[in-house]
Amino acid sequence: MLKTSTFEENLRAVAGLENLRVATADDAVSGMLPQFVAEPDNENQLASALSLANEAGMTVVPRGGATKLDWGNPPKKVNLILSTARLNRIVEHAWADLTVTAEAGCTLQSLQHTLAQHGQRLAFDGLWPERATIGGVLSANDSGALRLRFGALRDLIIGVTIALPDGTLASSGGKVVKNVAGYDLPKLVTGAFGTLGVITRAVFRLHPLPRAAKTFSFTAESFPAMQQHILAIQDSQLAHTALQIRCAAGELPAADILFEATDAGLAAQESQLRKLLGSVRAEQSSGNIWNARQDLWNRPTNNTLLAKISLLPTDIAKTLGSLKAICDSRKVNWQIALQATGIGMLRLEADPSRLSEAVKQLRTELQSRGGALVVLRRPQELHSIDAWGNAGDSVSLMCAVKHQLDPKNTLNPGRFVGGI
Amino acid sequence: MDARIFQELRSIVGAHGLVSSPEELHTYECDGLTNFRVMPLAVLLPSDTQQVQAIVRVCHRERIPFVARGSGTGLSGGALPVENGVVISLARMNRILEVDLPNARVIVEPGVINLDVTGRVQPHQYFYAPDPSSQSVCSIGGNVAENSGGAHCLKYGFTTTHVLGLEVVLPDGSLVHLGGKCLDMPGYDLMGVFVGSEGTLGIATKVTLRIVKRPECIRTLLAAFPGTNEAGAAVSGIIAAGMLPAAIEMMDNLAIQAAEAAVHPNYPDCGGLLLVELDGPVAEVEALMRHVDEICRKNGAWEVRLAQTDAERMLVWKGRKAAFAAMGRISPNYIVQDGVIPRTALPQVMSEIARLSAETGLRVANVFHAGDGNLHPLVLYDRRIAGQEQAAESLSYKILELCLAAGGSITGEHGVGEEKKRMMSKMFSEPDLDTMQRVRCAFDPLQLSNPTKIFPTPRLCGEKPGEYVAHPLETAGVAERY
Repeated sequence: MLKTSTFEENLRAVAGLENLRVATADDAVSGMLPQFVAEPDNENQLASALSLANEAGMTVVPRGGATKLDWGNPPKKVNLILSTARLNRIVEHAWADLTVTAEAGCTLQSLQHTLAQHGQRLAFDGLWPERATIGGVLSANDSGALRLRFGALRDLIIGVTIALPDGTLASSGGKVVKNVAGYDLPKLVTGAFGTLGVITRAVFRLHPLPRAAKTFSFTAESFPAMQQHILAIQDSQLAHTALQIRCAAGELPAADILFEATDAGLAAQESQLRKLLGSVRAEQSSGNIWNARQDLWNRPTNNTLLAKISLLPTDIAKTLGSLKAICDSRKVNWQIALQATGIGMLRLEADPSRLSEAVKQLRTELQSRGGALVVLRRPQELHSIDAWGNAGDSVSLMCAVKHQLDPKNTLNPGRFVGGI
Repeated sequence: MDARIFQELRSIVGAHGLVSSPEELHTYECDGLTNFRVMPLAVLLPSDTQQVQAIVRVCHRERIPFVARGSGTGLSGGALPVENGVVISLARMNRILEVDLPNARVIVEPGVINLDVTGRVQPHQYFYAPDPSSQSVCSIGGNVAENSGGAHCLKYGFTTTHVLGLEVVLPDGSLVHLGGKCLDMPGYDLMGVFVGSEGTLGIATKVTLRIVKRPECIRTLLAAFPGTNEAGAAVSGIIAAGMLPAAIEMMDNLAIQAAEAAVHPNYPDCGGLLLVELDGPVAEVEALMRHVDEICRKNGAWEVRLAQTDAERMLVWKGRKAAFAAMGRISPNYIVQDGVIPRTALPQVMSEIARLSAETGLRVANVFHAGDGNLHPLVLYDRRIAGQEQAAESLSYKILELCLAAGGSITGEHGVGEEKKRMMSKMFSEPDLDTMQRVRCAFDPLQLSNPTKIFPTPRLCGEKPGEYVAHPLETAGVAERY
């Protein structure tokens, strides 16, 4: 490894980087203090800085709004934080073509604000939109309630540019919604936790903002009854945009359903929903109910663990039942926001040893039914728990992909599945 | 091929699973793009995953390149055999393995025909959304390879949106599972990379699909405009009004004439025909359809028809879906292209196409997925006239260059295959293509799986597990190791 002073000089000289500073405690990643923080002004500078770090044997953690920086396993080593804070332009909003090109450091909120001026949106409701960046939500594969209708980020991204550790800036996909030329690398880097390259810009397909929207909520007497309602709604011809279950220890499960349509359409949907639910009463609720997923993150303590779970809709009741049984027997407090897609956000509260046992058992249950549990946030004492769980039989193929793009393990080492 | 290897392959698939006589091999020498032809050494028809693995292991050991093939309907030469290689046809792996309605999943083998998936779940009001025009004959495995689209992907997305899991035989014969029945399984989205990789990363042997509930109603409107510019303006109006139709299709006069001659869909004789389909709850669709009607008339539509019955609706679609084949009625030969443009560039690109057509004296018929800017210009020519085929090819590539200049793509749904690989370096820079090839090296370090497709210059991977054996492409002098 180069001496850090030489590295710093090279970085300033070769990358033309003005915004380089020594890291402070605020820059820590999972409790580890990096040496430097660089904020490149453009993607070429970012690629040069990354390649210099790569040559110098320095490890790099890309950073957007730092809202999800401690998701995944803690990195083995952090030398340089490569921040996208200054790469925050909206390059092109081709509103008549329903596409947008934005730099990675652009926040979700500022993107949505620009799009709304032409009555459009990126149909994605991410966590902490005022701080979360395009690059960050893509890398962490955040997934909200709108996914039921509009698909995941993988389905909305149509083009990407990434900087690779060898300094290559590579684009794939394009600026048009329909395009099958070449490999679909936008999907490869979505959810890769910045282990393959640093996303510098992305192109998305857009959707119109809804003309009108209404949310209805109802409760069910039991988990099986709730599952039945969810499956019946999914099997109906209702054109709902989102459908989620909220539940917490000691409470009956509640569900929220979102309709977006014309006024005439909304009225018809409401009456069909009421018919479908029969004796179960649905009340209109405020749109704020869709913050339920984000609210799970409020005021975390040293005893808080948050996880993303994935299951089949037909396993909703079984999973909620297991969750309750596992948590009750260990005196673990729990709260969940589960989408009808089978993706849920789970909050557990207990002392670390009980948390660890509950998570292990719940993960085993979910995996036995083909699902998954990924730990997103946990107390410091539990950093040794693998965040990911079983990643299946393609881990060696994943390692081969990693090796091709980042052979020196420069980017986010140790963060991802299989030790990647 | 070495008789010993031949024997070994025969013992894997049995005598009925091996095609080797020259007469029979001719069937496999091309796919839907017939102007490229290569005779394979043999065609293998495995009946299960184990047989695919066994075949691929032999190919890997002996460094024999292989090309997987579904129904052979591809239009870019993706299933074109490679020199000194074998074809692995998945046609006999055509079972629907699981139908899981409550979770809206169907698991199929790759040889299952696209429309048969819908056929199986239709009684329960579900359908499989990707609908390439060849859907009554094309296979799911082929759709996965090409990331096939179709008219309704404007609203519903492409094959990649509807594939949730894959069982894949990698080019070394090992088996991996990508994705699954549940969403967001931990790890890289290798499934996302595999779909649309045109058979260059391995062979899918099982596919988990998402199916979709049928909407309450479907309404199809036909609007006749003086020309494609007016029709294009109406499309912009529909999008600007915040609507997302299930499909918006456009045909120009030459395409209308051909469709009329072939399947008599009773289209109005006009310069630009627009077909707009809305689906969803009745109240919503009716409210929006009135709006579409207004927008069309405001943009100069002189006739607007709403298909009144399902039969009328099917007839409207029959004309559109038969458009390519219908060209046979008005021209002995044609080349179909698949460029994409930002929709707003339509008037400019159309006038350039018209200019090129006038310049070369070759007629060009235009059929578009207008909602997403996917053009299917059909360059008409007569092979018997000396030089016309070359002129037509050159015109079709020029049209793709127009698409690129407008900020678009060389292919929206047909794939790059053999046909458009030379256009790849016009769309992507060298580092872009190198990065893709690095991903390919992770899957297929020996470059045996459909090795000559997609990329303009095949590159061999740096690392060579095991003893060095010259790659057939290397020996032939068409590729270099790097």
